[in-house]
Amino acid sequence: MIRHALALLALTLPLLPVLALPAAAQEEVLAGLSQSRISIDADFDGSEILIFGAIKRQAPVAGPGLEVIVTVSGPRLPVTVRRKDRFAGIWLNRDSVDVDAAPSFYAIATTSPLSDILSATANLRHGITIDRAIRSVGAPASIRDSNSFTEALIRIREEAELYQINENTIDLVEETLFDTSVSLPANLIEGNYTVRIFLTRGGEVVAESESLIYVQKVGLERFLYNLAYEQPLIYGILSIAIAIFAGWGASTVFRYIRS
Amino acid sequence: MQIYLPIAEVSVNAFLILGLGGIVGILSGMFGVGGGFLITPLLFFVGIPPAVAVATSANQIVASSVSAVLAHLRRRTVDLRMGTVLLCGGLVGAAAGVQVFALLRQMGQVDLLVQLSYVLFLGVIGLLMFIESLNAIRRDSKGGPRGPRKRHNWVHALPMKMKFRTSGLYISVIPPALVGVFVGILSAIMGVGGGFIMVPAMIYLLGMPTKVVIGTSLFQIIFVTAATTLMHAVTTHSVDMALALLLLFGGVIGAQLGTRIGLMMKAEQLRILLALLVLAVCGKLGLDLLLRPDELYSLGAPGQT
Repeated sequence: MIRHALALLALTLPLLPVLALPAAAQEEVLAGLSQSRISIDADFDGSEILIFGAIKRQAPVAGPGLEVIVTVSGPRLPVTVRRKDRFAGIWLNRDSVDVDAAPSFYAIATTSPLSDILSATANLRHGITIDRAIRSVGAPASIRDSNSFTEALIRIREEAELYQINENTIDLVEETLFDTSVSLPANLIEGNYTVRIFLTRGGEVVAESESLIYVQKVGLERFLYNLAYEQPLIYGILSIAIAIFAGWGASTVFRYIRS
Repeated sequence: MQIYLPIAEVSVNAFLILGLGGIVGILSGMFGVGGGFLITPLLFFVGIPPAVAVATSANQIVASSVSAVLAHLRRRTVDLRMGTVLLCGGLVGAAAGVQVFALLRQMGQVDLLVQLSYVLFLGVIGLLMFIESLNAIRRDSKGGPRGPRKRHNWVHALPMKMKFRTSGLYISVIPPALVGVFVGILSAIMGVGGGFIMVPAMIYLLGMPTKVVIGTSLFQIIFVTAATTLMHAVTTHSVDMALALLLLFGGVIGAQLGTRIGLMMKAEQLRILLALLVLAVCGKLGLDLLLRPDELYSLGAPGQT
């Protein structure tokens, strides 16, 4: 797997668009993905993408060791978090907080435990950890503990494996070549998925690169989705027609079998 | 075999969904209930988003009801005239119910009302049916005289009488129309076909024979759920055709089997089983309201109450 990735990297290196920041100027990151387009068809059952790259530098860099952080983020969408509370002996939804934008999917892969390789200020500036990737501003004044709603959002999505923190899963060779893989679950939604790669030294980001993966429904999935949203009346009538036909068909087949 | 659902945007095991459809189809054919009060929670359980589960189960119920009604029609156990009267009432009721629902939504706490009315109606109806059918079975085993089947109560004293030949009834159209209106209101608010309310109402209030009741109830459910499906498709875009196809493939086969099982059983036995089923669902919903849930928080799309 690694060897294959490196061979692929060697071939594609000259072609890759480089978005490295010249801020640190001493090191650049060049990255590649095993696939930049994911098609969701009827038997889509998750997908694994391989993220690999190389670090380019003019001269050896002294100082703290080099670390790599890779994040994969799905489209950011608003979501409402509701909390059940006991009222007159009955549990029902009472408070709710609207989160303005939360990624539908978020995965972090690192070379070392995240707390050791990323300072709080660098995290704040680049929005790397999951809680930084979620944007929530408008909690109603009546709710004092709006943090617990964001925590619940993260907890629920972590259980569904939509949010993943995979520390120590990047292989870094000689502070030059790295690769990792991120598994995308089957319940993926459409949209552009952003892959970001950060190089850190002593907790500070020294270089970063960004690329996109396009996730799209194809074939029958695409057709049904479009029909449902663009021609809802036809879609509804078609659904009912299929249901009536199926009911009639089963009845006829069963009568045929019995006679 | 995993299948990715285009509207629900999740991947599910096709055989699991086929099985779910089959089980609900059997119940539908046996008891004349659409099964909406069963399939929707089951779909939640396998990870389908709630809005898609509600809308798609309506679509699947159309299929299993058509399948079962055709089987009943051949046995002449559908009272078409009674079904039409119920349906007319039902459409009026559904239109009123949508207004009531909108009003409640403005006042907030519509969820609580829906859940409480589920528990209340399922509990009362289940309990009444259970006691009644237990008594009927006890009477049978003693070999004592069965009560006169055609009881004369206030229902028979109303004007506008009509002959319902299949049911062997000559009663006023007012009570069935009112039952239809009531069921229509409830189905708009609770999002169900209303079979579990209509079946007992037809048996105990209108005095129809149990075997005719099931076919007639299914006949009415076809129209109510077809209207619901169309409404959801147009307003919420949450009908998943792929999910519906899997469900209804299992469902139509199940409905055929269920109809045959139903014919092999005594009316009292059928009623007691339906009563137990209704009570079980009621108990589950009641416990959900009373016990502290494991996860207090839930995620949803914005803009829904």
